[in-house]
Amino acid sequence: MSESVITTTGLTKRFGRVVAVDHVDLDVPAGVRFGLLGPNGSGKTTLVRMLLGLVHATSGSATVLGEPMPRRAAAVLPQVGALVEGPAAWGHLSGRANLRLLDAAGPGGRRRDRRRRVDEALERVGLAGIDRRPVKAYSLGMRQRLGIAAALLRAPRLLLLDEPTNGLDPRGIHEMRDLLVALNATGTTVVLSSHLLTEVEALCTRVGIMDAGRLVLADDLASLRAPTGRIRLRTPSPDAALALLDGRVEAREADLLTVRGDDPAELNALLVGAGVPVTAIDRERRSLEEVVLDVTGSGNDRFEGHR
Amino acid sequence: MISTELVLMLRKRRVWLCWALLCLLPTVVAVLLATTRLAPPPGRGGAFLSAVLSDGQLFPAAALALVLPVFLPITVAIVSGDAVAGEASAGTLRYLLVRPVGRLKLLVAKLVSVAAFTLLAVLLVTVTSYIVGVAAFGFGPDAELGGGGITSLSGATLTPLELAGRTAGTVGYLALCMLTLGAVGIFFSTLTDSPLAAALGVLAVVVTSAALQPLDAAEAVRTFLPTQHWLAWIDLFRDPPLLDAVRTGVEVQLGWIVVAFGAAWANFTTKDVRPVSGVIGHGQ
Repeated sequence: MSESVITTTGLTKRFGRVVAVDHVDLDVPAGVRFGLLGPNGSGKTTLVRMLLGLVHATSGSATVLGEPMPRRAAAVLPQVGALVEGPAAWGHLSGRANLRLLDAAGPGGRRRDRRRRVDEALERVGLAGIDRRPVKAYSLGMRQRLGIAAALLRAPRLLLLDEPTNGLDPRGIHEMRDLLVALNATGTTVVLSSHLLTEVEALCTRVGIMDAGRLVLADDLASLRAPTGRIRLRTPSPDAALALLDGRVEAREADLLTVRGDDPAELNALLVGAGVPVTAIDRERRSLEEVVLDVTGSGNDRFEGHR
Repeated sequence: MISTELVLMLRKRRVWLCWALLCLLPTVVAVLLATTRLAPPPGRGGAFLSAVLSDGQLFPAAALALVLPVFLPITVAIVSGDAVAGEASAGTLRYLLVRPVGRLKLLVAKLVSVAAFTLLAVLLVTVTSYIVGVAAFGFGPDAELGGGGITSLSGATLTPLELAGRTAGTVGYLALCMLTLGAVGIFFSTLTDSPLAAALGVLAVVVTSAALQPLDAAEAVRTFLPTQHWLAWIDLFRDPPLLDAVRTGVEVQLGWIVVAFGAAWANFTTKDVRPVSGVIGHGQ
């Protein structure tokens, strides 16, 4: 694996008696699209906030782009684009004025390139045609796009996005996914947190799962979704198949059979050779949902009584 | 960051509204005085009010005395209380900090913009009330003799140049007094995410200070009360100007600014910037 963009060791944050982030050892290699999953209140946002120096860790350490955070924030953050806890803007100003002021507020970049930087960022997120309306008149989706434009303003090496598709319609979500994949292809590491499994499944190459403040799992999506050693097939004559595959069938739901084995082609040939028609056949893979449900608790928005 | 901050301040409707209201109060008083010609007797009513009927050029001094006790502190409290808390509750604070803008730099920018607000507020009141005063009451009887001069509190005539210099001194002094409140407001603004709470905190300081001022029991701390020296600028209109009270006032105000700003920095530099409580958002 190549160098790491984010490394944390024993990173912990307490708010009073609540442990929001509990000894997290996270490693995000350069060039990946990393998805941070977890139920509400599992500490995803607090973790992102610590990486950005907004929240100070109680103990442990974090390194971003090779420099310790938050000590070297002034050197690290200009190379990081962030969307934290939803977009925010000065509501009485236009989107363009917001980006210009934000650009002017921090270091780096020449003044005369500002207009170009702002226009490019707006174009990338599909807001090139915005007028002088103040941001408070924007829809949720437009605000979200503006927030992402602000994150892209400085051509960052690392994008830290918290729920980037919040408020976007299906077309907007699709555009955003294409945009993030395109940015990733040019070398930007993308880290996004989400509670939407499908979102992460469709976009990310590596997944971290948080539960009750702990990072309970971090792995490549491909290996999480490795075949389970079972094959699922659909047939109009399940009884014939059941008789033929006696002992290998693990489960049956109407015309859907789950069979032990690694090679669907071999199984297909066997069934068709014996005159059993097959309408669908594939390796069984664990869905990300199953993986997540497997390793996480109920989240903190559920309070059940103990009887 | 400082230029960003100034642009942000100048494009807030609230700021312009504050300035407009500050200029409106003296104008209303001038109109009433000009139509009724009923000035309060000397010694009663606001400072200089009894004298403005005979010379409109004194009206800026009267106007400043009018807005100083309540109006000006309220506007400064509103604007400075909004400084950090406003950004925090709008969510723009986190985007400024990750831009990145250093936390000390952000506070300095806020202090500069509050200073600009107070200076412009006092200046605008002075300029509008000069225009309104001269329009309503005309130049005084000394104007023909002394070429536009006015009578000082001590009876001698001030030349226009002297008057301009003393007025400038007054504007600067009052802006500094208000900046004290501004620095306190910025400190309170780092303690809470509610701009309103911070503004009310500033007003609480003003009221407490004004309540302690006449108490003999508060003799020991009186010099250090922020409101104690607010009226020292009146001495600038004596002939020759008395500078002692003004000098003490400047020292006390600077002391307050340093302490309040230091407290704001100490609190803000290690503060966790977290979601605003009470607002339903997502994540934690």
